[in-house]
Amino acid sequence: MGERFRPFFIASNGRGEHMRNLSFSSRDLICGALFIFIGLFFAIQAYGLELGTALRMGPGYFPFVLAGILILLGIIVIIQGTQLQHEPMGPIAWRGMLFILPAPILFGLTVRGLGFVPSLFLTGLVAAFASTKMRPGTALLLVGGLTLFSVIVFSYALGLPFRRFGPWLGQ
Amino acid sequence: MDLLNNLVLGFATAASPYNLLFCFIGVILGTLIGVLPGIGATATIAMLLPITFQLEPVSSLIMLAGIYYGAQYGGSTTAILINMPGESSSAVTAIDGYQMARKGRAGAALSIAAIGSFFAGTVSTILVAVFAPPLTAVALRFGSPEYFSLMIVGLVSSVALAHGSVVKALGMVVLGLLLGLVGTDIYTGTPRFNLGILELSDGLNFVALAVGVFGIAEILRNLENEHDRDVMIKKVTNLWPTRQDWKEMTAPILRGTVIGSALGILPGGGAILASFASYTVEKRISNTPGEFGKGAVAGVAGPESANNAGAQTSFIPMLTLGIPANPVMALMIGAMIIQGIVPGPNVATEQPALFWGIIASMWIGNLMLILLNLPLIGLWVKLLTIPYYMLFPAIIAFCSIGVYSVNSNVFDLYAVAFFGLIGYGLAKLRCEPAPLLLGFVLGPLLEEHLRRAMIMSRGDPMTFLNRPISLGLLLLAAAVLVVVLLPSIRKKRDEVFVED
Repeated sequence: MGERFRPFFIASNGRGEHMRNLSFSSRDLICGALFIFIGLFFAIQAYGLELGTALRMGPGYFPFVLAGILILLGIIVIIQGTQLQHEPMGPIAWRGMLFILPAPILFGLTVRGLGFVPSLFLTGLVAAFASTKMRPGTALLLVGGLTLFSVIVFSYALGLPFRRFGPWLGQ
Repeated sequence: MDLLNNLVLGFATAASPYNLLFCFIGVILGTLIGVLPGIGATATIAMLLPITFQLEPVSSLIMLAGIYYGAQYGGSTTAILINMPGESSSAVTAIDGYQMARKGRAGAALSIAAIGSFFAGTVSTILVAVFAPPLTAVALRFGSPEYFSLMIVGLVSSVALAHGSVVKALGMVVLGLLLGLVGTDIYTGTPRFNLGILELSDGLNFVALAVGVFGIAEILRNLENEHDRDVMIKKVTNLWPTRQDWKEMTAPILRGTVIGSALGILPGGGAILASFASYTVEKRISNTPGEFGKGAVAGVAGPESANNAGAQTSFIPMLTLGIPANPVMALMIGAMIIQGIVPGPNVATEQPALFWGIIASMWIGNLMLILLNLPLIGLWVKLLTIPYYMLFPAIIAFCSIGVYSVNSNVFDLYAVAFFGLIGYGLAKLRCEPAPLLLGFVLGPLLEEHLRRAMIMSRGDPMTFLNRPISLGLLLLAAAVLVVVLLPSIRKKRDEVFVED
């Protein structure tokens, strides 16, 4: 959706005062585009609902107004991005994302089938390798201790209703 | 003598062995996460929220409150010892506290911080007890326009307190409000924004959102560049402040308490603003402003008292109006709702034991902190030497368990991963998560009161301006917004927040 606003964005620069540094902050451009995209999504969805009147607001009225504000803010963020000093984005935690984000998903996929104990062990193990410093031996030991601790605290002491070992293991 | 009776009821509730135990667990846990960088009070409370479901309502809220102010204590310990504020409200303490530590006066700095905090905690507990009932009485007369305007003040203040761009913070509020509306429209029952996903018809899960944007995103940020924390700590000796210290700290502690208490009550205020304000005041009125930044006693005593007072009085809007002043209070409201308590002015009259029990527990918790933490400083220092890669697998595991136990719904775990990604992305774009969370909590309430107010006024938007309290609140919100947008103040604000 960012392209749609590009002509506007260039036009705002064309007035002259920012001609010397026409560069824009990629961070602000992405941020503004994200606001605009999300705003448009909510606006379109809300428009499909009943808007109603100011007196009797329908389910779409308030979200539609908010979405409009978000789009406006997105435009302002992009314009401001051309004026401020830019700082680099910094490193991105690719390895972290690769191992951290799937961990809760893995827990969700296996907690019913495998049961609490094996599922938590796998989750912790996957998460542990998000760090470059983790060694396999340390990880096994650490996650083993973590699982034991969690079973004692959450399953026995707090009595959370989890099956410790699930049907996939023939229990 | 109502106050006395109420306080007696409160202390009777808070001092039951069961509640004392959870207060103790709360403050210990709070100190622990305050000391450990990379996990904050918000993420911890979000993680533990589902587990508190198993406890009595009073005990769970007492424990969560303990985590909150315990974290302030822990945060100042690391700020003083290794110049690394564990919580953002202790950022100011690091300036002079660390300098004192370098001069071999770490023990005195820690004691001054603890004594200041305890004094401020005691005074602000009394203030909460004195001011909560009359505010509750006022709040009971609030109609929808007043509630709407009050929430606007809270949201605007959260924007003012966010780091970096004001426009982005406003965007985060609006995004939070929109996310809060996902689910089903309460008036008509129309499903909206649920993308056809059945699990979304009750709305997004608050715990999953909070754990994702605060917990998971924070871990990803810490993994960006892993470096060993070189913790060089001299042995902490001589805890007792000298006579000179006592002389230098008394006035700043008193002023810090007043400033902190006042700023904490404001919606959106709280500990961070209070500590910055106190430092600025102390530096300005000091006879020896040159000492600041080189280990001034007042630079530790003032802000530490202020942030504890602010943390405490920020419970006032939460307890009396059901309006959260910051993300932690938003989570406390979430905890109340999980327990089936409707937050708002009725809590004080319908659940007096809960209401006064929480207030009394704050004082008990502060007493526990001062008795425990000074002797235990050695232990906390040891904890700092644990490398981060040993910690975060546990954080992930506890997040997963916590979120799953809310309603044994696997979908919530996928939501955690999703919001973790979103939260990390937003952090990279320099967007703060706190206004988003506040917006998310207030979204449905804001819409409800807006619609109700408009129906009551027959569609006349002037209803927000014709009612004096509502008008006053809206003017306050407008003033805050104007102030943060003024170029000169914006510059100052950037300087103040540069520590982070």
